[in-house]
Parts: sequence; structure tokens; C-alpha cells
Amino acid sequence: MATTTLPSAPAPIADERVGRRNPFQKLLGRPEVGALVGAVVLFVFFSSVSSTFLQPNAFATVLYGSSTIGIMAVGVSLLMIGGEFDLSAGVAVITSALTASLFSWYFSMNVWVGVGLALVVSLGIGFLNGWILIKTKLPSFIVTLATFLMLSGLNLALTRAIGGAVSSPSIAVMDGFSAAKAVFASDFTVAGMDIKVPILYWVVLVLVASWILLRTRVGNWIFAAGGDANAARAVGVPVTRTKIGLFMGVGFCGWLLGMHNLFAFDAVQSGEGVGNEFLYIIAAVIGGCLLTGGYGSAVGGAIGAFIFGMANKGIVYAQWNPDWFKFFLGLMLLLATIVNLIVKRRADKG
Amino acid sequence: MEPQTAAAKDTAPEGGRHISNETLLQGETDPLTDRAVHLLKLEGVGKHYGNVIALRDVTMAVDNGRVTCVLGDNGAGKSTLIKIIAGLHQHDEGTFSIMGEDRRLSSPREALDAGIAAVYQDLAVVSLMPIWRNFFLGSELTTGVGPLRRMDVAKMKEVTKKELAEMGIDLRDVEQPIGQLSGGERQCVAIARAVYFGAKVLILDEPTAALGVKQSGVVLRYILQARDRGLGVIFITHNPHHAFPVGDRFLLLKRGRSIGYYDKKDITLEELTAQMAGGAELAELAHELEQLGGHSEALEEAKAEAAAAATGSHSAN
Repeated sequence: MATTTLPSAPAPIADERVGRRNPFQKLLGRPEVGALVGAVVLFVFFSSVSSTFLQPNAFATVLYGSSTIGIMAVGVSLLMIGGEFDLSAGVAVITSALTASLFSWYFSMNVWVGVGLALVVSLGIGFLNGWILIKTKLPSFIVTLATFLMLSGLNLALTRAIGGAVSSPSIAVMDGFSAAKAVFASDFTVAGMDIKVPILYWVVLVLVASWILLRTRVGNWIFAAGGDANAARAVGVPVTRTKIGLFMGVGFCGWLLGMHNLFAFDAVQSGEGVGNEFLYIIAAVIGGCLLTGGYGSAVGGAIGAFIFGMANKGIVYAQWNPDWFKFFLGLMLLLATIVNLIVKRRADKG
Repeated sequence: MEPQTAAAKDTAPEGGRHISNETLLQGETDPLTDRAVHLLKLEGVGKHYGNVIALRDVTMAVDNGRVTCVLGDNGAGKSTLIKIIAGLHQHDEGTFSIMGEDRRLSSPREALDAGIAAVYQDLAVVSLMPIWRNFFLGSELTTGVGPLRRMDVAKMKEVTKKELAEMGIDLRDVEQPIGQLSGGERQCVAIARAVYFGAKVLILDEPTAALGVKQSGVVLRYILQARDRGLGVIFITHNPHHAFPVGDRFLLLKRGRSIGYYDKKDITLEELTAQMAGGAELAELAHELEQLGGHSEALEEAKAEAAAAATGSHSAN
């Protein structure tokens, strides 16, 4: 009879290793806190150097500028938390707008048919991106770079082939245009501010995305797919479906912004959108999403977009030379990434 | 097999937990037929990849509330063995039965459905995610219907805290990223997760390999805790000092073959170590050290080990 004695289990006492985390420390652990500090600093700065910055309509313009980045940043942030990124997001917006306008114009249909088709195309591009990524196991950089090039080529070629010019023909006189304009590109006044409707869509998207991320199973899967796809697979998370879904989410955001771009005017320039994909990624990264995935928040992406909007318009209101804007943006990106790096190291080591 | 005895739980005096053979005999027979069956039983199991024989003629059993240790060096066939049990590979020879029924598991999912859960070295945890999210990952509790279906966060946190407390681990905060836990604690979360989701057989693949002495002790205690909750545990290790205190049965593998299968009462730690190490190899090491010179301490140790191994294997044979 073998009898071995092992050390007894320690009594479950309160842990002496760490003091209670105070609310301030808890706040510092949030992914978007670096961006929040940056946003506050920038806000105070521009308010003090420019007298017009805080005027209602000027501020509404800042918000509008932020929303056109922010709508896409929601989808891109979630995708980045899921461990991938999408270089085709910028031109996919234009592809969506072109699809709607060219289709309606060519077949002389109600614009809502074009709008519906554009949604299908946008979701389809997202699906294709995700599906190729999963099937080939290529990095998303390559897959979406290829999509980016193909889409920008298609945008130019098809627009010229169908409409005969580099911009799509005007659809202002077509059936359903005014209704679509009311939905996608109207504005209303709140407290003396002329609010454009994309701002509203932006806020709703951020709320929905935050809810999905923090309170649903899918949110848990997104974090896991980005944090460690193999571990996630091992415990039964449908990583494939999650990632494809995230690309389709970016597609949806692209459709929404594309429709706004189309109906804010009545035509789209086929060469637009190139380079915007970086703005969305920058917004997400400034907002605390890790490039490697598994960490971040939708609110962070929104704050990143707001920082972008403030810097972009604030420079104009401060009457500086806007040539400096890109330098400013690059500096902010670098600082934000360093903050993120510190956060990740802390999370890894404890 | 030993005769059936009352499953008298050996309540240890304060400060220590004793493993006695009485404790080990729980669940020795099938509750329905009263026939002696094992939770898992492998008989003459073999596996080859092409013309490479990875495993041959392995016989072992796993029972409720018992720990079966699989010992062996790198390349001994431990991984192949657990892959067969966990459903990643299928055996080519012999029989593999679960609760007396002949089975051939075709996927890890099938193994899980049969109550066999494997905790691998990488633990399948996502280090940036909070502990409670990791605990329920892939099997989240939800509440509400339709588009409002959401995770029952409060309940998930509560269950995580409770389950981990029952395994003897008191957490600072289930919200902290799992990457901040120590290796032993992470192992514990993975074990507790397998237990909570209905595992009857727990396969632990080298849980102590990357841990320090103290952390290893912590993990060994969790193994006993899992055993005391009625699980059959398969503990894979290359360290007889870890295996012996917690194990009830010991399967020794070497180059794909079983070189011994012992009940705890039939073997001592020294014999186990000797069988594992192989006296000849230790003697050779002592010889090499002697030639190199300057390693007097290590040399003494190797010589002593070799001597112990020689006597050990002698008495074991």
C-alpha cells in the first residue's frame, strides 16, 4: 500500500499579491484609453487656437468628416480585432456606389434596385475576400491587396465602358432618387447644429458593433479568432465563418458609405477611394486595435475616426497650411501604436 | 484486478492528502451489469504511419477516480497514444473500448461526445482574452431570443469563479487576461473547463513540462482534485517524480513499445526512475563526464543514479 503525502491545498484566502484595482487603473486597461486622451488633448488644442472650431456648424462639419471615416472604421476595427485587415475597403466603397448608379442608369430602373444590388455586390466582395483568405491561407495583406487592385481597375474600366466617362452619369432624375437621398444623404438640425445623417448611422453602427463585440457569442468568437485562431478552433469556435462574416461586415459598412457618397451628389468619380483604406486602418489602430488581432474596441475605432476628423478640419479652422496634415497624422499613428504596444506587453506579462 | 471494495474516501488528517488503494477502487464495475469494465481500455493497440511503426502492443486501462500515467522519453510514442484516445488518429491493431464497448474515434468531436477531453500543452487558451471568456469559449451561455440573444455574462463569470474555486484556485479577478496567470493557473483553468463541460476522461499532455517545481506541485494537486471528482485521468509525462505521487497505474513506453505496466502497489519510485532512465545510459553519461573532467558534482550524481538504476532494474526484473 503506497501512501504519499502531498502539500495541502491553500485555504482560499483573499489574494495578497495584488491590492484592489482602483477604477482609474481599470480604465487604463481599456483599449481605447490612449485614443481618448489623444482626442481630448486635440480637442482642447484646436478649441484654444481657433475661435471657429467650437461654433456649432464648424463642429458639425468636424463630426461629418469623422463619420465618413468612422462608418468604415467600425467594420475595419472589428475585422482587425478578428486578426485580419482589408486593403480593398477604400475602393470597395466606390465600387458599391458605382454599381448602384451604373446599374440604375443603364437599365433605367428605380434607383432602389441599384441600391439593393450594390448591397449584394458589397457583401459578395467581403465574402470573396474572406473565402479566398481561408481557402488559400494567404495573409490578408496579399488577398485584399489583390482585391484592391482588381476593384480599382474594374471601377475605371466598367465606368468608362458603360457610361462613357470617368465619372458615372447623373442619376438625379431617376425614380426613387429623392427617397434614397432622404435615407442616405439628408440632414437635420439639432441644437443649432446642422447634422448630416451619416453621423447618425455612424453612432448606431458603433453601438451595434460594441454590443456584438462585448455581449454576444459572436463577439467572443471575434476576439478568439484574432487572438489565437488555432486555440479557438480547438475549442469549437467557427473561425472560418467568423472571419468571412467580418469581411462581409466591412462590405456592409462600405455599402452604407458608398450610398451616402452617391446620393450626396448624383454621380461618383470612378478613380476615388484609393488610399482611403489606410485612413480606416489608421483610425482603428489609433483607437487601440492591435494590428495582430485579438484586442481592441469599436468605440476605439470611433475615437480614432474623430481624432482624424478633428485634425483634418481643425487645421483648416486654425488657418494653417493643410500640407502639414499628413505629417500630423503619421506622428499620431506612431504614438498610438507605441501606446498599444505597451498595453499588449502588459497584458502578456501581467 | 483487485476485488471490489467499498469506495471509502480516505479523509486525510489536516495538512496532507493520502492516496490509498481503497480510494482507487471507485467505479471498478459497470453500475448496470455489475460486470467489471474499465472506463477506457486499450488492448494490444498499435499504430503505424506507412512503414514506420509508431506504436505497438500497448495495453492500458483508465478508471473513474484513478490516474493512469503514461511515461516515456521523446519519441516513445506518447503523442501517438493520446492522439488515438483523443480521436485525432485511429489505431491499426488491437482494441480500444470505452465502457466496455469497442470504439474507433474518427474525430476529436467524437471523443468529446464520448466524454474524453484532452488538455494539450498549448492549452487552447487565447492569452489576451479575459479568463471568463476563455472558460466558456466556443460554448458560451446565452440568454434572450432572436436578435437579442446575448451572452449571460453575469452567470458565466459566476460559474467561472465557482468552478475555479472548487479546483482550489482563488482568482484575483476573472476579468483579467488569461495571459497574466501563471503557467500552473492556466493549466488549472484548462482542466476546470474540461471538467465543467462534462469530461469523464481527462488527458493531460505534459502539463508539468514547462513549469517550475512549485508550479508543478500546484498542477499535481489539480490532477488529484480532478481525480477526486470522479474523473479518469491520463497523465502524460516524462518525469517519474511527478507521476509517482499522483498515479495509480503506470504505463512505460520506449521506442513505441510498452516496456512495463504497473499498479502502484507493484512498483516504487526508484524502480520507476530506473526503468525510465535506463541504467546503461546513465553509466555512459558518468563515463563521458569523467573524461571531460571538471564536472565532479554532476559526475557523482550520474554515478549514484546509475548505481540506483542498476539495483532498481535488478529488483524490478
